[in-house]
Amino acid sequence: MNIVVLVKQVPDSGSERALDSSDNTVARASADNVINEMDEYAIEEALTVKESQGGEVTVLTVGPAGATDAIRKALSMGADKAVHVTDDAIHGSCAVQTSAVIAAALSQLEYDLVICGAESTDGQVSVMPALLSERLGVPHLSGARKLTVDGSTLKVERQTDGGFWALEAQTPAIVSTWDTINEPRYPSFKGIMAAKKKPVETKSLADLGVDAGSVGLASATSQVLDFAGRPPKGEGVKVTDEGDGAEKLVGYLAAQKIV
Amino acid sequence: MAEVLVLVEVAPDGSGVRKTTLEALTAARALGEPSAVVLGAAGTAASVKDALAEYGAAKVYVGESDDIDAYLVAPKAEVLAQLVADKSPAAVVIPSSSEGKEIAGRLAIKTGSGFLTDVTEIAADGTATQVAFAGATIVHSKVTTGTPIYTLRGNSVTPEPAAGAAEEEAVTVSISDAAKLTKVTDRVVEQKSDRPELTEASIIVSGGRGVASAENFSVIEGLADSLGAAVGASRAAVDSGFYPHSFQVGQTGKTVSPQLYIAVGISGAIQHRAGMQTSKTIVAVNKDPEAPIFELADFGVVGDLNTVVPAATEQITARR
Ligand SMILES: Cc1cc2nc3c(=O)[nH]c(=O)nc-3n(C[C@H](O)[C@H](O)[C@H](O)COP(=O)(O)OP(=O)(O)OC[C@H]3O[C@@H](n4cnc5c(N)ncnc54)[C@H](O)[C@@H]3O)c2cc1C
Ligand SMILES: Nc1ncnc2c1ncn2[C@@H]1O[C@H](COP(=O)(O)O)[C@@H](O)[C@H]1O
Repeated sequence: MNIVVLVKQVPDSGSERALDSSDNTVARASADNVINEMDEYAIEEALTVKESQGGEVTVLTVGPAGATDAIRKALSMGADKAVHVTDDAIHGSCAVQTSAVIAAALSQLEYDLVICGAESTDGQVSVMPALLSERLGVPHLSGARKLTVDGSTLKVERQTDGGFWALEAQTPAIVSTWDTINEPRYPSFKGIMAAKKKPVETKSLADLGVDAGSVGLASATSQVLDFAGRPPKGEGVKVTDEGDGAEKLVGYLAAQKIV
Repeated sequence: MAEVLVLVEVAPDGSGVRKTTLEALTAARALGEPSAVVLGAAGTAASVKDALAEYGAAKVYVGESDDIDAYLVAPKAEVLAQLVADKSPAAVVIPSSSEGKEIAGRLAIKTGSGFLTDVTEIAADGTATQVAFAGATIVHSKVTTGTPIYTLRGNSVTPEPAAGAAEEEAVTVSISDAAKLTKVTDRVVEQKSDRPELTEASIIVSGGRGVASAENFSVIEGLADSLGAAVGASRAAVDSGFYPHSFQVGQTGKTVSPQLYIAVGISGAIQHRAGMQTSKTIVAVNKDPEAPIFELADFGVVGDLNTVVPAATEQITARR
């Protein structure tokens, strides 16, 4: 079973993140960039499926040159090879445009299964599988907390509020994974060394046959007009419990007309 | 007046519309006259029509077919796309659930439009407000292509009644094979709770690692019940097995925006804040005076949750 894992590099969610005031896009150059955390679960799931079904795991990333760090991490976990789509014209693309680029890249690969993270921590759009499904005409089974592969039949438990939906579709298909699905492995020393020799193919928009004018900030389907830091909250009240903490807390709630 | 399509979200137990639908109808009025779109199995519209009239729906488009719920997302997007083609609405507003966002994305591609997810406000000129990066940044954005599609984040707009004619119009539903690729074979509810839904609740009491055990979460539940609140949890509490994952608040859990959020034994890590920072009032109980959650709190108690919370619960109950 040939599997493509979609991996995105994002600014670290634990550090300060910002938009770039020159064009209102995510500031990536100045950020502390890491592999999108949710994508590690996608890689782990791809490796698990490969271990039981055989085949190959290919990493696919659309992003700036620096995104090779995320690709190396995926390869050091055990993926076999990678395709890195990078082109200056992609800068500032919206989700609709990015999905067109990913779809074009997928069309040049042979896959039975595409696995991606349920959401990216920078955009938090969580629609990539649906967009790709729409473009490629293959089913999406998104938000998986469990994936079962039985020949060409895929079964997924799609996580919902307080339960799950049971989904079923045939390969080729796109699955997205939550962090409840598995526990991602750490790259071993051997894995890190081996990753350095694994093939990473770089592709431009021209290689994919995508018109550079159809992507990027200038032709994005939506635009950020302006942004600002959230206004700081006024100083709150802090009391130390000296046997009267509960009383003060309830007093506050009463003053707010909550109790 | 321009027509705005609003996709109706029906409560899974068939008890009527979800509050998110009323919020979407209210937000849509900034752009024009809302028309509600009800998609589901036969009989769905009957249970929701009154609420839609009460919240300003001029029309109610009803597309009922068993195919709609039998397959994932795609059938709803297909019927909506057909409506967009027929009615040329000024915009489409959809509640921001995971299903809602996926419908919006598919609809955007089908109709050659742009879409904005998790918006908290829509202005008359179509400008949307979004909260980025764990709530630290407020962004104004606009769709520049096609019919603007918005998904509206729960609890960001207060539903306001407005009389609507709710004139019913049946929509013919014929779902293509391309929209029948992913079957939904079962919908399983694992935790039935009498408490309000986390994303809809106006008060939430959340517990963190400081609660120390699954049994001790009864302290959190006690306070929640005295306030009629939902219960939430930090990731550390979930990862430690104190509380189920579906109650997790934060970047990889639910995003909530209640009137009152009470964080108990939660340090206030950036990823936790991501899910609750836009709450109207924030109260924290933590024994560490340096805990970052206090930077966010309108009212904080430095103290042991095991003494403060049960005593507060008792006093609140006594006031009832
Ligand atoms: C990519 C990523 C995504 C993440 N997503 C989320 C997410 O969605 N949601 C989330 O919550 N976290 C998330 N996290 C984890 C986050 O970084 C923190 O680790 C987590 O929020 C900590 O939970 P906590 O505050 O309960 O635990 P801790 O940080 O351990 O804090 C426990 C607090 O309890 C207090 N305490 C202890 N005992 C008592 C007592 N008896 N009385 C009063 N106070 C007491 C302590 O002083 C401390 O402040 C994510 C992390 C990453 C890397
Ligand atoms: N530029 C990209 N390159 C590769 N994968 C991506 C890219 N953008 C999104 N993805 C994948 O799609 C998932 C969902 O992303 P999103 O819809 O942006 O929240 C991510 O977890 C990635 O697996």
